[in-house]
Amino acid sequence: MPCLTTEKLIIDIPGRASGVPLNLTVEPGQVWGVLGPNGVGKTTLLHTLAGLRAPSGGRLLLDGMPLVDSRRKSVSQQLGLVFQDRQDGFPATVLETALIGRHPWLSPWQMESGEDLALAERALEALDVIHLKDRLVSTLSGGERQRVAIATLMTQEPKIWLLDEPTNHLDLQHQTSVMRLLREQAAMGRAVFMCLHDLNLAARWCDQILLLYSDGQACWGPARDMLVTSALERLFGQRLLCAELDGFPVFVPG
Amino acid sequence: MPISSPYKPLLSLALAGVLAAVLSVSIGSTAMGVDDILRVIAGSGTELQKTLILELRLPRTLSAFATGGLLAVAGALMQVLLRNPLADPYVLGLSGGAAVGALLAMLAGTAGFLVSGSAFAGAMLATLLVFGLAHGSGSWTPSRLLLTGVVVAAGWGAIITLILSMTPASRLPGMLYWLMGDLSHAATPWPGLVILLVVCLVVFPLGRALNVLARGSLQAAALGVSVRPLEWSIYLMASLLTATAVTMAGSVGFVGLVVPHMLRLVLGNDQRLILPACALAGGTLLVLADTLARVVIAPEQLPVGVITALIGVPTFLYLLYRSR
Repeated sequence: MPCLTTEKLIIDIPGRASGVPLNLTVEPGQVWGVLGPNGVGKTTLLHTLAGLRAPSGGRLLLDGMPLVDSRRKSVSQQLGLVFQDRQDGFPATVLETALIGRHPWLSPWQMESGEDLALAERALEALDVIHLKDRLVSTLSGGERQRVAIATLMTQEPKIWLLDEPTNHLDLQHQTSVMRLLREQAAMGRAVFMCLHDLNLAARWCDQILLLYSDGQACWGPARDMLVTSALERLFGQRLLCAELDGFPVFVPG
Repeated sequence: MPISSPYKPLLSLALAGVLAAVLSVSIGSTAMGVDDILRVIAGSGTELQKTLILELRLPRTLSAFATGGLLAVAGALMQVLLRNPLADPYVLGLSGGAAVGALLAMLAGTAGFLVSGSAFAGAMLATLLVFGLAHGSGSWTPSRLLLTGVVVAAGWGAIITLILSMTPASRLPGMLYWLMGDLSHAATPWPGLVILLVVCLVVFPLGRALNVLARGSLQAAALGVSVRPLEWSIYLMASLLTATAVTMAGSVGFVGLVVPHMLRLVLGNDQRLILPACALAGGTLLVLADTLARVVIAPEQLPVGVITALIGVPTFLYLLYRSR
């Protein structure tokens, strides 16, 4: 059963007339990686898929229902998004930040229950930030904040996980553990759709790839068909060398 | 945010409010003991005591409480709305509109109800003006609302100066007292208290949505908050609170800025706790300030805004200094 479908979706990029209409079907169990050069509209695509930005054409279906017809609250029970950058605004602790993920599930008069608290703590544990739970988010390092943001999404428990460069600021060990976590979530029946800059992470962990070209072209499909040296060289305007290690392609600039 | 016991801080603040009210009622030209006050509330006591307490001191104390509570809640709402810790109830020019209304009424030689009425009208006009201008076309952001409000406020400031410079000297003191904030003309505390209570009840279920909104409008939308309707309703609510406070007591400064900050330092930043705490602490602070305003140069009275500013300026500077 498909989760999120786009029909002839054209994202609204200022200063660009249009692009190839996207007909994507993001299904439970899949891990999608979106690759493309800077400014090509990866973030805009994610925001559009989350319903935070109107497309300039086409439409978006969430479980067969047009997303524009759904209430924000029920959308956010099914679909969550980790942003590329975050506002701190007023000071808040790590635990409080994870707990706001429960917002879509609580009625206005309801207080967070022990169950919600347990969910948040489990997410912080999975992201290896539980030891920071009483610290103010503003005092954390970039990588720690990134993990808190992913823990907030995990606390939200949506079926569809949209992530804007989830490995930003992360050290090597945490890059791997975050990608492993995302794969596990997909194996549990969730759908993961993320923008990435690291070709090798995409090759290692994603099973579906969407390539966005700066001229508005796009192509998508199973990772092994998409991660072809010539296509990636054209995508980034950069010569690449490819080798195979442990059954996965590895790309380095040539 | 889990509140382990939200009632404990609220109860202690409520208790502080009652103590401040008792103090405020008992201090004055004729000192009253707590036993006198209890006797009058129970229905006995001398005629003089009854008049003094029920008709003079208690209404004024309640007015002070209502004004302080209204301003502190309005300030806390504005800070979340604009995602700016420096916002206060007047930052968008609302007090300027109210002042122009009130001063024009005074210039025309009226007093009492007409002055408060036109202050309220001026405040609502200022609200709608900023609302309309910031609504305009194109994208709407907190910084755009803030800029619109600040520029409109500067415009009101110019009109106030113009009115003051055209006013005969004999009428100037009344106007200056109004501009500093003064509770001696507050007619009745009840509308203010009722609006304060109603808004607190309405705002409480919005508290968690406000917590999420404080993380930015995109994040809030991604978590299921209908951002635009929420933002406009807190803007209108904060404006109603401020307009009511200004109508009762003129533009009393600093309560709306300092009280939410002090509470955030002590209680954290859960709006479900901060907003009712603001109502209680703001009320208590203004009751104490008004008591001081009545006794410092008795039998003359200072405008209460002078006292709140004299307390507020050093407190705020201290908080800023400490937060570094």
